[in-house]
Amino acid sequence: MAKVLMKGNEAIAEAAIQAGCRYFFGYPITPQNEIPAYMAKRLPEVGGCFIQAESEVSAINMVYGAAGAGARVMTSSSSPGISLKQEGLSYIAGAELPCVVVNMVRGGPGLGGIQPAQSDYFQATKGGGHGDYHLVVLAPSTIQEAVDLVMEGFDIADQYRNPVMILGDGMLGQMMEPVEFRPLSSKRELPPKTWATTGYTGDRPRNIINSLFIDPQALEEHVKRIYRKYEEIKKKEVKVECYNCEDAEIIVAAYGTTARIVKSVIQKAKQEGMNVGLIRPITLWPFPTSTFEEWAQREHVKAFMSVEMSMGQMVEDVRLSVNGRKPVFFYGRTGGMVPEPNAILSEIKKVIGGVSR
Amino acid sequence: MTKVFTRPKSLTDKPFHYCPGCTHGIVHRLVAEAIDELGIRERTIGVAPVGCAVFAYEYFNCDMQEAAHGRAPAVATGIKRVLPDRVVFTYQGDGDLAAIGTAEIVHAATRGENITVIFINNAIYGMTGGQMAPTTLIGQVTTTTPYGRDPGKAGYPIRMSEMLATLEGSAYIERVSVHDIKHINQAKRAIKKAFETQLAGKGFSMVEVLSTCPTNWGMTPVEALKWLEQNMIPYYPLGVKKEGK
Repeated sequence: MAKVLMKGNEAIAEAAIQAGCRYFFGYPITPQNEIPAYMAKRLPEVGGCFIQAESEVSAINMVYGAAGAGARVMTSSSSPGISLKQEGLSYIAGAELPCVVVNMVRGGPGLGGIQPAQSDYFQATKGGGHGDYHLVVLAPSTIQEAVDLVMEGFDIADQYRNPVMILGDGMLGQMMEPVEFRPLSSKRELPPKTWATTGYTGDRPRNIINSLFIDPQALEEHVKRIYRKYEEIKKKEVKVECYNCEDAEIIVAAYGTTARIVKSVIQKAKQEGMNVGLIRPITLWPFPTSTFEEWAQREHVKAFMSVEMSMGQMVEDVRLSVNGRKPVFFYGRTGGMVPEPNAILSEIKKVIGGVSR
Repeated sequence: MTKVFTRPKSLTDKPFHYCPGCTHGIVHRLVAEAIDELGIRERTIGVAPVGCAVFAYEYFNCDMQEAAHGRAPAVATGIKRVLPDRVVFTYQGDGDLAAIGTAEIVHAATRGENITVIFINNAIYGMTGGQMAPTTLIGQVTTTTPYGRDPGKAGYPIRMSEMLATLEGSAYIERVSVHDIKHINQAKRAIKKAFETQLAGKGFSMVEVLSTCPTNWGMTPVEALKWLEQNMIPYYPLGVKKEGK
């Protein structure tokens, strides 16, 4: 298929449809409004169904019902709306339902702003709602990657019966790039949805979609079983890009939009004779811990620096992974401010000056 | 020997956990009988609430989903849109439907969502131990209205059936009671009619069932039935609130 020029939000919506998503429940919020608008137009054409819900709370519970009925289903929102979906996400994780949730992050806290940010990292990667659970969090840095990850995200959700979050930001949602809708490179054996509530006709046990385990021993067993699944996800699903890390004196950690900016900073640094690398986590959960561990043991790597559109959230996971082997620094802008290449470069210079002295 | 009375096929053999004298058991049976009589058990999917009926998924012998507090109409919407030829019902109490889930029920009704809602109004939160419900009567004592519900402080009891009947999307809404045999039979007819409304694809249907909570009302089961008749029915008049389309 030829490449087409598409806006990030619309490309993500089309990718979902290509992946077989036929149900979308959403609520308006900037900067993700093109996703529900696209779905409202496209889903009826492919025999699907779009509902504009009365709230994000309601939308995520429609997702729960539709996922429980065995459908591929998606919702999208931006930060304040994603906060409202946390109750539903906790129930969806507890009931082990597959779905894809898109968060086009904007600045916070509170109503915050509408410009791009990465300040929902904690919420996305540490659970977000109540209880012991994780979302699989995929962080694309180009629109092509967003398309590929949305398509694979549905497979990951189905394979593990766990919600998957696409963590973008306002910039990724709003910009345009050429994209190609191509089949996934790896085909997964997906388990049939024998657990779905489609009607109890007697040819299988009665199906119940539920997250209530009133007996504490049963609840502990349920959660432990989910966590065994998480161990498998950690082993099999980590995605990370290492860029220019060989011989790098300092390695920057950045994801999504910020990683793109860092790549151009690396070129600038090269021209000035500095060797800077980038570790770009593509899965934010599971986090590419071992990649950081490996590079932290290299002699030539003097320090790490996390660059984010937040006050410093992913840097905590970088520190945990580097585990004291090398110093870890942080540079970030927040509230919708995007870090400028020159500012990042001058922070890198400060770090290099400090660690090589 | 001929059996003249058996458990409906749409109920499992799991013993109810409900308190002595609670009318949930009666309403469960009425819903199950209606499903049996319509021959729709194999294609019915129920949605359980949070509240005393939280374990409804253990009692109704059909596929079930357990929803978060108040969200059953949204969950039912998701199921029904994916499986439009199945019968989808929610079973919700007054805290679930008329307080925390107000937005979900209003918008399911106004969308004309083709689902059936069984709404248990016993004027109190049962499961959490007897707090004020949105439907608690003026002057009624609960753990959070220890001096009786004062409308100056806690507002007025909400009449959900009348409210939802004003919406274009609602097709059939009736309020019934289960305080005596005559009314139980009437309730059964209403519940069956609600499912028939859905089967005919007419849109949103709801039966509000005035019910008792002897435990949290602090009454014997018989006193509770009398209290319902004498206090609840005058404020919550029985009858069809919306029909035809």
